[in-house]
Amino acid sequence: MAEAPGVRRDSVQQPASRTIRSLLASTEVDTRLLGMVGALAVIWIGFDLASGGLFLTPRNLWNLSVQSASIAIMATGMVLIIVSRNIDLSVGSLLGFLGYTMAMVQAVWIPTALGLGFNQPYTWILALLVGMAIGAAIGGLQGFIIAYGRVPSFIVTLGGFLVWRGLIFQYAQGQTIAPMDATYQLLGGGPTGALGDVGSWVIAALACAGIVYTIINSRRRRREYGFPVRPTWALVTVIGASCAAVIGAVWVSNNYLWPPALATQFALDRGITEPPGGLQIPVGIAYPVLLMIGVALVMTFMATRRRFGRYVFAIGGNPDAAELGGINVRRTITLTYVVMGILVAISAAVQTARLNAAVTNLGVQNELDVIAAAVIGGTSFSGGIGTIPGAVLGAVVMQSLRSGMVLLRVDSPTQDIVVGIVLVAAVGLDAVLRRRSAR
Amino acid sequence: MNDVAHTPLVEMRNIRVAFGGVHAVEDVSLDLYAGEVVGLVGGNGAGKSTLMRALSGARAPDSGEIDIDGRLASISNPRDAKAYGIETIYQTLALADNIDAAANLFLGRELTDRVGTLDDSAMESATRKVMTRLNPNFTAFKRPVKSLSGGQRQSVAIARAVHFNARILIMDEPTAALGPAETEQVRDLIRQLKQEGIGIFLVSHDIHDVFDLADRISVMYHGRIVGTVNKDDVTIDEVLGMIILGKPPTEVTQKELAELHG
Repeated sequence: MAEAPGVRRDSVQQPASRTIRSLLASTEVDTRLLGMVGALAVIWIGFDLASGGLFLTPRNLWNLSVQSASIAIMATGMVLIIVSRNIDLSVGSLLGFLGYTMAMVQAVWIPTALGLGFNQPYTWILALLVGMAIGAAIGGLQGFIIAYGRVPSFIVTLGGFLVWRGLIFQYAQGQTIAPMDATYQLLGGGPTGALGDVGSWVIAALACAGIVYTIINSRRRRREYGFPVRPTWALVTVIGASCAAVIGAVWVSNNYLWPPALATQFALDRGITEPPGGLQIPVGIAYPVLLMIGVALVMTFMATRRRFGRYVFAIGGNPDAAELGGINVRRTITLTYVVMGILVAISAAVQTARLNAAVTNLGVQNELDVIAAAVIGGTSFSGGIGTIPGAVLGAVVMQSLRSGMVLLRVDSPTQDIVVGIVLVAAVGLDAVLRRRSAR
Repeated sequence: MNDVAHTPLVEMRNIRVAFGGVHAVEDVSLDLYAGEVVGLVGGNGAGKSTLMRALSGARAPDSGEIDIDGRLASISNPRDAKAYGIETIYQTLALADNIDAAANLFLGRELTDRVGTLDDSAMESATRKVMTRLNPNFTAFKRPVKSLSGGQRQSVAIARAVHFNARILIMDEPTAALGPAETEQVRDLIRQLKQEGIGIFLVSHDIHDVFDLADRISVMYHGRIVGTVNKDDVTIDEVLGMIILGKPPTEVTQKELAELHG
C-alpha cells in the first residue's frame, strides 16, 4: 500500500527524466556530491548576477579558494570524528594555541632563544613540524580521555575549547607575535605564495594523469575479477569532466595576475624594464590551496582505502559490530583526534602565515565553521556517513556565501543569520532526501 | 558423537558471568565435539547468549576455564576467539549498516596489498564466491547492508562466520529473521558444516529446530545448566519440561507434568 503513490509517480514521470537518472547511475558518480556542485553553481551564478559580474572573476575565485583552504583542511578531519559519532569543539581554540606556538618558534625561540637568527631556510618547516607534533599530542590526549576514559567527546573538547584558549591569553598577555618567517609566510598564499603559471600547469597535468590512471586502473582490476564495469561512454565522461574541472581551476588561477604595484616592484628588483601596461605575472594556484588539495587526497585515501578509515566508518555504523569484529575501537577513536590535531596545526600555519602574525583571537569560532562545513558536506551526526570531498565542498559553499555577501555589502550580523539558516536548511533538506531514498 | 574424537573441541568449565550483582551465568560446564551440533535452549534470560558471548570473546567470563582441543585457551576478546577458529553469528547479526556486504564480511580481517591498502576487489570476489554458496539470489554487493532485507542481512552474517574456515561455530538464533525457504537453506548448511567436522553450538528458541539438528541438547535455566541430554533419549515434551520447570526429567513429578500440560 505504502509503495503505491511512489509507483504511480514513477510511471507518470516523463521518460526523459528516467533516462537521465539511469544514465547518471551508470556513471557511478556520487549523486549527493553532484547535487552539492549544482548548489554551488547556483550560489556562484546568483551572486555574480546580483553583484553585476563581480563574483565570477579570477581575482574573487582565487581569493575564495585561499579563504576556504584553512576551514576545508580541518573539515576533512572533522568528517572522520563526526562519522565515528563524536565531535570536536576544541579546534578553534587549539588552532589559536598552535598558531601562537608556531609563531613563537619562528619569531622568538629559533632566532633569539637559540640564537640562530631570523629567516633561516629551515625555520618554516621546523615551526610547522613543532606545531604538528604538539597538535598530534594534544589531539591524542583529548582522544585518549574520550576513548579510554569514556568521557563524552562533547565534554572533553568543550573543556579543550576553554583550556587552549585560556592558555593563549595567559602566555600571550594580549601580545601579537609578528612578523612571521619569510618562507613560512608563503603558506598563507598571497600573490607570491603561489605556484605561478608554469607550476600550476604542471600540477594540472599531473592531476589529470593521476585521474586517468586511477580510474583506468580500478576498471582493469574489476575486469580481472569479472565484475561489471561502467560503460565506456560513462568512463570517458567522468574522466573528461574531472580533467576539465582541474584545467578550468588552473586556468582561472592563472588568469589572476599580480597586482600592478607588486609587479612594478618586482620589475624594479629584477632590473626588468616594464612593458607598457605593466608586467603581466600570473599568480597560479596558491600554496594553501595546494596544501588543502594534498590534505584532501591523503585523507580520502585514508578514509576509503585504509583499514583506519574502514574502521572509523564501521564504528559509526555500529560500534558493537566493530567491537565484535575484533576492531580496536578505542585506539581508532584516539587516532581520529590525533589526525585532527595535525590538521589543526596545518590550518594554524595557513592562518598565521596569511595574517603574518599570531593574535590572541586566532581561530575564534573556527570550530563552528569546520563542523558546519562537514555537515553541509553531507556528514551525518547519527554516524557512519560522510565524505572528505563533500566536506571540502561544504567549506567552499560556506565561504562562497560569506564572500558573496561581502561583495553585496551585507553586514556581518546578517551574514551570520544567512549562514545559520542555510546550515539548518541544508541539513534538513538532506534528511528529507535521505528518508525518501531509503523508502 | 563421542566416538569421533576423544578430546572435546571445546570444554567450558565452571563458567561464571555476573552483571553487577546479577549472576547471568553461574558455574556452567559444557562441551562440544568435532562434527557435533549441541543445541542450547532455555527461556528468555536463561543465560544462553551470555554463555556463548563468553566463548566468542564478546564478554570475558568472571571465572572459569575454556579448553580448546584439550588445551587451556585464553579468550578475552573477539580477536582471540577468532584465532582459535571460533566464529559467531550473533542474534543481532553485528553488521555495520553503512558499509557493504564485503566490508562487513571482512570487518577486522580486511584483505590488503603489500603496503596495507585495502584490496576491495579481492574482498568483493571472495564475498561473491561465498554468497553464491549461501544465497545464490544475492546480487547487492555494492549497497550498504542497511538497504538489504532481513534474510539477505542474515546471509551476510552467516557468510562471515563460514568464510574463515571456522572449526567452532556459534549460531545464536540463526533463523530468527528468515522465511521458510531460507530457514531450510540454513538447516542444510548446518548439516553440511557438521559433515565437514565443524562443531556447532546452536542457540535457539525454536525447540523443533533444535530437535531437528542437534545431537545433544543442553538446557539452561536461570543461569545454570539443568541438564545435557542426547536428543535420541528424550522427547520434545521432556525438554520443554526442563526449559519451563528447570529440572531434569527424572526429577519432574507427574503432578508438575500434568500442570504443564493443563
